[in-house]
Amino acid sequence: MNALQASTRRTLFEKIWDQHIVMPRPTGPSLLYIDRHIIHEGSFHAFKDLRARGLAIRNPQQVFGVADHYVPTTSRDPNDAVTQEIKEVILKFDDNMKWSGAHYFSINDPQQGIVHVVGPEQGISLPGSIITCSDSHTSTHGAMGAMAFGVGQSESMHIMATQTLWQTKPLQMRIALTGKPAAGVGGKDIILAVIAKLGVAGAVGYAIEYAGSALQWLSLDERLTICNMTIEAGARSGLIAADDVVFDYLYGRKFAPQGAAWDQALQAWRQLPSDDGCHFDQTVSIDVTQLAPMLTWGTSPDTGVAIDGVIPDPSRLTDPHAKQAASAALTYMDLTPGTPLSTIKIDRVFIGSCTNSRLSDLRLAADILRGRRAVVPGIVVAGSMLIKQAAEAEGLDKVFQAAGLEWREPGCSMCVGINGDLALANERVASTSNRNFVGRQGPGVRTHLVSPAMAAAAAVTGHFTDVRTLLSQQ
Amino acid sequence: MQVFTHLRALAAPFEGRNVDTDQIIPARFLKKNRDAFYKNYLFHDLRFDEHGEPRPDFILNRPLFRSAQILVADENFGCGSSREGAVYCLADYGVRAILAPSFGDIFFNNCLKNGLLPIRLDAKNLDAVRQTLLNSIKNNDSAREITIDLAACTVKAPGLNAPQTFIMDPFWHECLLKGVDELALTLSYASEIANFEQQHRSAHPWLAN
Repeated sequence: MNALQASTRRTLFEKIWDQHIVMPRPTGPSLLYIDRHIIHEGSFHAFKDLRARGLAIRNPQQVFGVADHYVPTTSRDPNDAVTQEIKEVILKFDDNMKWSGAHYFSINDPQQGIVHVVGPEQGISLPGSIITCSDSHTSTHGAMGAMAFGVGQSESMHIMATQTLWQTKPLQMRIALTGKPAAGVGGKDIILAVIAKLGVAGAVGYAIEYAGSALQWLSLDERLTICNMTIEAGARSGLIAADDVVFDYLYGRKFAPQGAAWDQALQAWRQLPSDDGCHFDQTVSIDVTQLAPMLTWGTSPDTGVAIDGVIPDPSRLTDPHAKQAASAALTYMDLTPGTPLSTIKIDRVFIGSCTNSRLSDLRLAADILRGRRAVVPGIVVAGSMLIKQAAEAEGLDKVFQAAGLEWREPGCSMCVGINGDLALANERVASTSNRNFVGRQGPGVRTHLVSPAMAAAAAVTGHFTDVRTLLSQQ
Repeated sequence: MQVFTHLRALAAPFEGRNVDTDQIIPARFLKKNRDAFYKNYLFHDLRFDEHGEPRPDFILNRPLFRSAQILVADENFGCGSSREGAVYCLADYGVRAILAPSFGDIFFNNCLKNGLLPIRLDAKNLDAVRQTLLNSIKNNDSAREITIDLAACTVKAPGLNAPQTFIMDPFWHECLLKGVDELALTLSYASEIANFEQQHRSAHPWLAN
């Protein structure tokens, strides 16, 4: 293949990009059309700015408000917010959304949930579309075959005012996931392995497309988990070409096309996958067959290691920066090099977040918890009201409660803790969320990122445990 | 937005790779209105202990660097969450420019929208600048100022033999120099947007809702 042929062959990302250029520029940012913009309660800054400029939302039909970051998970009443200040943010969102005329999933809406769960669930997130949201984990929606990325409040205001955004095209990275994951190993373990391989800055400036034979073994929920945490390697977006798994999921959903429009959309969506022989600036390959259940030991998401290992020794690192960072992380985490991971005791579990709160995540956790008791406190927070309802229809709520865990209302909860769902200082948490930064779940709290099954296994044993040993006892 | 043309100001060395926005502003302060005192939340848990007392070792608590307007940081500064509060804090504290080998993607964009200049420079050079600034404490050397000429895209800093040139996309370069955000420009393209929208909707009618 010659250079000309290669240049006319495009990646999935490039095809979507090209279809959305309003104002091309030879270098620097192009003006892109945004199909769907999603906002949460934190958008009070963007609304204030928009209103101060005397502007309104240009296309309210393409903007979706979802209350998730600040809402209490103990009830659906803003009066139950833990502080007056939080309650005011929730009520302010109500006011702004009424003023906006945009679609709104309020705290009381029967279809409310976490932004990145609601988008796919409502058929808002469609293949080939550009989706923005004022949250860094917007990369999640890339699992629907969309180009999706997080924006700040100023960019959010710009999108609300113009339905466009100036964006610089990222480089293209392809990650081939090959092989078949072992029992007890899933999407969360795979993405933790990907981030460990790339590093937290490894994909800065890139959009990542996941491909390869392993995808056939991964559910849509697992693909969403993988794209969700792609941002933790620094990438702008994570994408997976939409296939029949995505199309079957979307069919009949509220904001998905219906009737003849569905057939037309499907035809267009089938043209989107990356062309054979298209150019990627970087390619990476990971054989998932070799992976074990993972957990992070440090204070950045690239510190994932297999459960059968030990706490690494910073003195073996050659790079002085990395050595210092690892030592500081071990001090904060109160861990000693060489300690077997399976001996580390935990104080609390959190099962939820835009990474791992979908029905299959809850089922995986419930499968471990069924007939067992958690020896530490913990909360289980479904990703949406619809997931909560579906989980209850299967009796999963009873499984969690019988195990001694709390079954909460949907929201971001302890992933970011803005609503006050926090752990206590010096507690060690097995968390299915996406960030283990210093203080993320409360000042002095030590967060270990794990899959829902691994969180459940830690809950019932009181320490990190290879979930495969519990699976074999079932 | 403040015009940015030329800045000669005190610079503080900020050690550590991958400084995430949770460190720049912990999530519990994200309920505050923009007119609240965001400068008080900057690096809150690194800057203050659990009793709210300043930690003496933290770089911005050292008398020599307290009034720094430029931060010299390391790789991937501002990674993590999209919270623009991280930039509000820095701007309100008086920080006008950050030099780093690379930045968190969304943080970088948020800086541009708030007149805070993010400059990408070579990691080795920045290591030298940080080291020189740190050494200036022991050596009682007063050379702690960095000079940034945005029009020429150059940086003069202690620890650098010669002024360094940085790359800033012409689009954002002009916005920063004029102190304007890009919204006015975009609004001036209203008819282009409307035309595009019409064509986009006819090609992808299912996206119009």
